[in-house]
Amino acid sequence: MGPAEIKETILDILEGIAPDEDLSGLKDDVPLREQLELDSMDFLDIVMELRKRYRVQIPEDDYLELATMNSTVNYLTPLMKDLEKV
Amino acid sequence: MARDFLKGARDSYDCIVIGSGLAGMTAANTLARTGQSVLLLEQHYKLGGMATWFKRPGGHIFDISLHGFPVGMIKSCRRYWSKEIADSIVQLRNIRFDNPMFSLTTTFNREDFTRLLIEKFQLPEADVVAFFDAARGMNFYDDQSTTVGELFQKFFPGREDVIRLLMEPITYANGSTLEDPAISYGIVFSNFMSQGVFTFEGGTDRLIDLMHKELVTSGVDVRIRCDVEKILVRDRRVCGVRVNGRDIAARSVVSNANLKSTIFRMVGEEHFDRKFVDDAQAVRLNNSSCQVYMALKPGSDLDESLGDLLFSSTAPLFRTDALLSRDITSRTYSFYYPRTRPGSDRSLIVSSTNARYEDWAKLSKEDYEASKRDLVETTIDALARYVPDIRERLAHAEASTPITFRHYTQHLNGASFGTKFEGLAVSRAIPEQVGGLYHAGSVGIIMSGWLGAMNYGVIVANDVDSWLLKSATRPPLAATT
Repeated sequence: MGPAEIKETILDILEGIAPDEDLSGLKDDVPLREQLELDSMDFLDIVMELRKRYRVQIPEDDYLELATMNSTVNYLTPLMKDLEKV
Repeated sequence: MARDFLKGARDSYDCIVIGSGLAGMTAANTLARTGQSVLLLEQHYKLGGMATWFKRPGGHIFDISLHGFPVGMIKSCRRYWSKEIADSIVQLRNIRFDNPMFSLTTTFNREDFTRLLIEKFQLPEADVVAFFDAARGMNFYDDQSTTVGELFQKFFPGREDVIRLLMEPITYANGSTLEDPAISYGIVFSNFMSQGVFTFEGGTDRLIDLMHKELVTSGVDVRIRCDVEKILVRDRRVCGVRVNGRDIAARSVVSNANLKSTIFRMVGEEHFDRKFVDDAQAVRLNNSSCQVYMALKPGSDLDESLGDLLFSSTAPLFRTDALLSRDITSRTYSFYYPRTRPGSDRSLIVSSTNARYEDWAKLSKEDYEASKRDLVETTIDALARYVPDIRERLAHAEASTPITFRHYTQHLNGASFGTKFEGLAVSRAIPEQVGGLYHAGSVGIIMSGWLGAMNYGVIVANDVDSWLLKSATRPPLAATT
């Protein structure tokens, strides 16, 4: 999976977490928290969903890497490069 | 022969959850949805833990802890349970205070509190805004040495009336005191202030019934009347539990029992480091409660201007000691109108006060029964101030004490709000001591109350799921009995 597919995956997960939000105008370099009503439980849900779908493990200390879409994709790219998108 | 409540249970699971409080049930449901095999064990004959209710002849149904929780419950219920559950959450709009310092009704959100603090309490707007922002900006990793009392002194020095307004509801919600860390207050207070107080339409029985069905749908093996005697540990790794005399293997265990019972009674201190044992021993339990349950005669309506929650006190000042005293001056009334259970013709009132276990445990049987009767009578007298003809309209009244809470939940000292703040660090550190063993339950105030407990269940489920994935590559630990 490349960066583009990883971004697609994250958007798909965010859609499930914040069904009432419009994700089309999301800026990749601005913290997600500043653009969406997300709290710490929402970020935990992203972590759980990635593990469920792709068995990707994100340790608690790395949760900060999920701040923006760009940082999330950069962080996940090496972890998910050998995985097929589902 | 006694019925086998474990009939058909497997010999091994990915995870065993001990206790079906909201944290335990939510952890079980979350884990099952990720595909893990889960066994949920409850010692009582019904699920829910402190989220419970009881029935009395004549069709009375009393809720123990239904009123109320912050708006965050809607999102958590939709996410971790079902839309049906989330859609039944409704706001309680009339929150009342009545004490020698002030009487008022509020929707209990930031907007209305700001208005009250400026107009009624004559505070400068800037101070009020600064306080709300400070409370909202608090998080977990902040300084823990500032107490709630010090926080209030900083923003509203000498204003005992303001302290009472800000503190009384939170004390009712989670047992916190002026001596607890300010951050635990700030987080819970801000949660409520976001949109007010909410409840579940249909009553606790409907909520737990819907959750039970959801658990079954998710594939959780749910068992009542299953009292776990022992959590089985070998070489610093959890390997299962002993329940109703039977050993069941598991790669992970989540205890939703009281933190100290989990460590000292179910596991045993020999399985932990000395330092950890010391820390665990030093964890203080929160206080317990007394409640008086009163049902009105069928069709006897209460005027809804009484409010949904009424924080009443005859004490001149707000003091933690006075709140816990057997000489009760503060009572919180939950008024359950027929709309609590649509279709019902019943109005019910539950009066809650915080209480110390020791005060009740030391009584002789006769004194205990007499004290309980006295609690009912004095509560009805106190309520007459708000419902003048209450005695004539009552169909049923009874009381619970810290002894009652202990009996049904098996919590040490009948603790009705888990442990004090330091319990959270101990709860979180358990898996570092015993691999695969986790605790989720009311600890440290933040993780208390319905919303806190539910979210803590999810947080722990995430840890467990991660552990199960990591440990899956190692050879499975067979039960070697």
